[in-house]
Amino acid sequence: MPDMPTVLQQARRSLAIVRKDIRIYYAKGPVIIFGVLFPVFLFLSFTIGRHLSVDFMIPGLLGMILFFTATSVSPIVIPWEAQARTLERLMSCPVKIETIIVGDILASFAFGLAISLVPILIGLFLGITILSPLFFALAVILAALCFASLGTVFSIPPTNMPSTVNMIAAVVKFPVVFISGIFVPLDELPAWGQAIAYISPLTYFTDIARYSIQGRGHLPVALDLLVLLAFTAVFLVVATKLHHKTMPRRI
Amino acid sequence: MSNDVAIQVVSLTKCFGDLLAVDHVSFIVSKGEFFGFLGPNGAGKTTTVRMLTGVIRPDAGTASILEYEAGSLRAKQLTGVVPEMANAYGDLSGWHNIMLMAELYGIPASVARERGTGLMQETGLYTRKDSLVRTYSKGMKQRLILCLALISDPQVLFLDEPTSGLDVQSARLIKDMLQGLNAKGKTIFLTTHDMEEANQLCDRVAIINEGRLVAIDAPEKLRMAVSGMYSVEVSFDNVVNPELLAAIPGVNTVKKLGDKWRLYTVSPGELVVSLTNFSSSNGLRMVSLNTLAPSLEDAFVALTEKEVKDA
Repeated sequence: MPDMPTVLQQARRSLAIVRKDIRIYYAKGPVIIFGVLFPVFLFLSFTIGRHLSVDFMIPGLLGMILFFTATSVSPIVIPWEAQARTLERLMSCPVKIETIIVGDILASFAFGLAISLVPILIGLFLGITILSPLFFALAVILAALCFASLGTVFSIPPTNMPSTVNMIAAVVKFPVVFISGIFVPLDELPAWGQAIAYISPLTYFTDIARYSIQGRGHLPVALDLLVLLAFTAVFLVVATKLHHKTMPRRI
Repeated sequence: MSNDVAIQVVSLTKCFGDLLAVDHVSFIVSKGEFFGFLGPNGAGKTTTVRMLTGVIRPDAGTASILEYEAGSLRAKQLTGVVPEMANAYGDLSGWHNIMLMAELYGIPASVARERGTGLMQETGLYTRKDSLVRTYSKGMKQRLILCLALISDPQVLFLDEPTSGLDVQSARLIKDMLQGLNAKGKTIFLTTHDMEEANQLCDRVAIINEGRLVAIDAPEKLRMAVSGMYSVEVSFDNVVNPELLAAIPGVNTVKKLGDKWRLYTVSPGELVVSLTNFSSSNGLRMVSLNTLAPSLEDAFVALTEKEVKDA
């Protein structure tokens, strides 16, 4: 068990990884613009012509954007760095593999959080009211962390080809969007549809967002938060433990 | 373990599938020593360095750096690394690369700025400190990588072929810096292909071949251990039939090197006399004549070839 000074020291070094990631991968015009535009267009393509209310659309749009942005870059950072041969340098530094992974997750978390302001501001501009700001803020923060952790789970297989990891991520990400109550509310899904929806972490975030904006959700909000927290914990543990095993195989 | 041991390696072993990349390698490097690690391509040099710097884990055996287990945070904290072919971040400036490394080693910002400025000035990079590294030349990148390894003022420095493929100025600058660091008491572990570099820089060298250590000694002693490798280098004012040269008493092997001939022998003194007789009886004039002791390269070739034959 690492002692407290070691934990604090490694936490500080994780923040150095965060700053590096933001400088190199996130603070780029095309990444930011694509991060907003892609989910917006995907969302519009399924909602235009359906005469949906703004209160219904904004939680869905927020869920899509948060999910896509927080999982957009985090899967490819490690394979990209292995290919560019900067990973070996990081691994020879006095940082644990967990420190590197947590840094990558936090950078992705910050990016997801920052970009999620876009649909929130659009919503407020269009006249939505956030009825329970505390639950809403907690849900956005927790979901950003959850999806960022999921992003690094995608890069566990020790391939150094970012395109392969992107493919693995896409195979999971696209179906998840369709089963998470974004386009069709959970109440309107058949029982088997709801059963599938419950395996997606995005479902619980969308449910809290609907509760916060529309005033009612499908599940109790405390349960949503609890399940989201559980998903986050599982993804964090799986990502750090398994990367610990696979990372030396990338070199 | 004695207090003057910097690196201790005991029976270190690593397999990749069926390939035994490093096979029970053991050695000790003393504090303040400049230690060379030589071997042909694929001999296991880089794999050994990666195990010592904690990038990959050994399958068997142990290694320690200044009494800490190799790969542990404490060992890494005392170590600087110039990995083979590793890169700095191309999308960060040279300065940001150095500051990132300083943060990862927990160096206070003010110390890092002072040290970083000094290192960039010493390596001639300071005027380009804010340029993105992807705009640097290969020599500049390698000098930057040395700065990255030195920002933590490490006690032990690992360098994996740091001058390979560099221009003369960059290679010389790096070698001069390494000698300076060694003079200040830093332990240096250098892998290289370049025999001359090892000969100039290292107190001792280890030679590794096919994953096994075949020799470990001072470069001078290794050279002397190779008997029958003295040679005489001679050039004549006219064309000479190599068969006639090979027939001179005492000549073991004849090699043509540009416009010169290298004749290997066990007794170079006697061969010089025979060559004088040979040239006068064949109507030739000697343009140049040098006797050469076996080089480290000769020792290296002899030791690694012997290994292959024994196998």
